[in-house]
This record gives sequence, C-alpha cells and structure tokens, in this order.
Amino acid sequence: MEISLAAEKILTAPITNSLLTGLVGSAVIIILFRALARNITPRPGSKQNVAEVIVDYFLNLTESITQNHQKTLEFLPLVMTFFIFILLNNWLGLLPGVGSIGFNELKEGKEVFVPLFRSTNADLNTTLALAIFSVGSIQYYGIKHLRLGYFKKFFDFSGVIPCFVGFLELISEFAKVISFSFRLFGNVFAGEVLLAVITSLVPLIAPVPFYALELFVGLIQALVFTMLSLVFMQVATQHH
Amino acid sequence: MEESVMKLLAAGATIAIGGIAPAIGIGMIGSKAMEAIGRNPEAAGKISSQVIILVAFAEAIAIYALVVALIIKFI
Repeated sequence: MEISLAAEKILTAPITNSLLTGLVGSAVIIILFRALARNITPRPGSKQNVAEVIVDYFLNLTESITQNHQKTLEFLPLVMTFFIFILLNNWLGLLPGVGSIGFNELKEGKEVFVPLFRSTNADLNTTLALAIFSVGSIQYYGIKHLRLGYFKKFFDFSGVIPCFVGFLELISEFAKVISFSFRLFGNVFAGEVLLAVITSLVPLIAPVPFYALELFVGLIQALVFTMLSLVFMQVATQHH
Repeated sequence: MEESVMKLLAAGATIAIGGIAPAIGIGMIGSKAMEAIGRNPEAAGKISSQVIILVAFAEAIAIYALVVALIIKFI
C-alpha cells in the first residue's frame, strides 16, 4: 500500500492532483450557486427553500456570536464561503473514483500509482492557504473596526507584564495559522489513510461505517473552521 | 538500532503518547456534558451541539500527533 503525504504531481510541475480536485470543487460550487441565485422568487420552490434554510441557520449562528446585526452581515459571506468550500471539498474527496482512478508512473526505477484526484483538504498547501486567508481577514476586520487601537493588543509598553502578554498575543496569531491548517489537513488526511487501510483489510461492507464517520467528520471540521474564524473575528473587533 | 526500526517505534510512540491527553479531555467533556444534560434535560440540543465542537477541538490534538506520526512513517 502506497500512501503519499504530499500531493502527487500530474502533468507539469505546479499542477497536483489535489489542485485539480479543488478546481473541480470550485467549479461545482460556482455553477450550483449561480443556478440557485438566478431565479429567486418571493415564494420559494424546493431548491430555494433548502438554500434559505442553510443561510438562515448561519445567519442565526453568526448573530448569536456577534450579537450585532451590522457585524453579522459583514462576516456572514466570508465564513459561509469557508463552510461551503470546505464541506463540499471534504465530501467530494469521499466520492468513488477520487484516489482510485489514476495512472502508473515510473519514479526512481519503480512503477508508482498516481491518482488523478485527491481530496483537496488532504494537501497541506490548500489548508494553509485557507488558514492564511482566515487569519488575514481576522487582522483586516480588527484594523477596520478598531483602527490603530487594534495594535495596542500586541504592543503595550505600559509595564513588563503587559509587554510580555502582548508578545504572547503576537505569537498566538501565528499559532492560529498552524492550528487552523494542521487541524483540517490532519483530519481529512487521517480519514483518507483510515479508509485506505480498512479497504485493503476488508474490501467488502466493512468500510461503509467508516465512510459514514468521514461524512460526519467532514461536516464537523467545516463547522469548526467556520466557528473558530467567526469567534476570532468577533474577539478581534471588540473593544477591551 | 536501525533507522527504519527506530522510525517505526517513534511513529507508534508518537500517536500512543499523543493520544492519551485528548482521550482524557474528551472523557471529561463528555462526563460534564452528561451531567449538564441530567440537570437540565431541556437544554440537551444546545449542549450536544457545543459538545461536538469541543470534542473536535480536543480531537485536533490527537490529530496533530497523528500527522507527526505519519510524517515520521512516510518521509
């Protein structure tokens, strides 16, 4: 059994199989939501109803954290995009064919199987990009709401202890990037490895409960990423 | 000891030791949640959704250990 920690390259250098899956996932999201947004009616049909239920759920969730309608409308599009992108890509990675359709390639004299698709979030580059974007937007909203007062959290020279606390706060901003990216990458990649191991041990029926588990984990991780971004944004935009 | 043997041992030890703390943490979260639901059964829905997220946080620590173990094993 071959398990590769890094995403495998297909075609030319910068194109990896996880990037390809990510592009497919993005295309699916864009087409799906463009189609949903095209004909919005005051009396929603079944498709629009489902979409409205999801948006309404997130509106309430965001409202319960921010306690401020203005901020809710500001944060909602971004965090919901995170949620939909991560959720759809996690679930796309579980489809049959992802990780099993591919070609053999000669690498260092050995034939190595290279899958054509690989779950996007099972590649540290994708999750790192998501994490940097999330933490970047946290800083952006902090500066936008508190202006220069935002930096008082990090650089407070009124005493030895506030100075040290500010230094720790500064480090924790960088730790956020690492914890965001490794949490998502670890969960999705561990799921892939788990499924590969179970499938190679018992190919019939036994993987089914694990697929159910992975569906659940994909949802939970998308929710955790969203909630954490939201809470950090809320903390960053609050006066102390 | 050979390097490959050492690597296997290190990978196993990483996830074995790294799994202890999150296991205890998840157990504590679960026990407190059950206690809370027992005291206020109406809040079960609210509590359980919070618990799932908190368990995911505790689990993340185990996942870090797993990532390190996988890095040791496969690189």
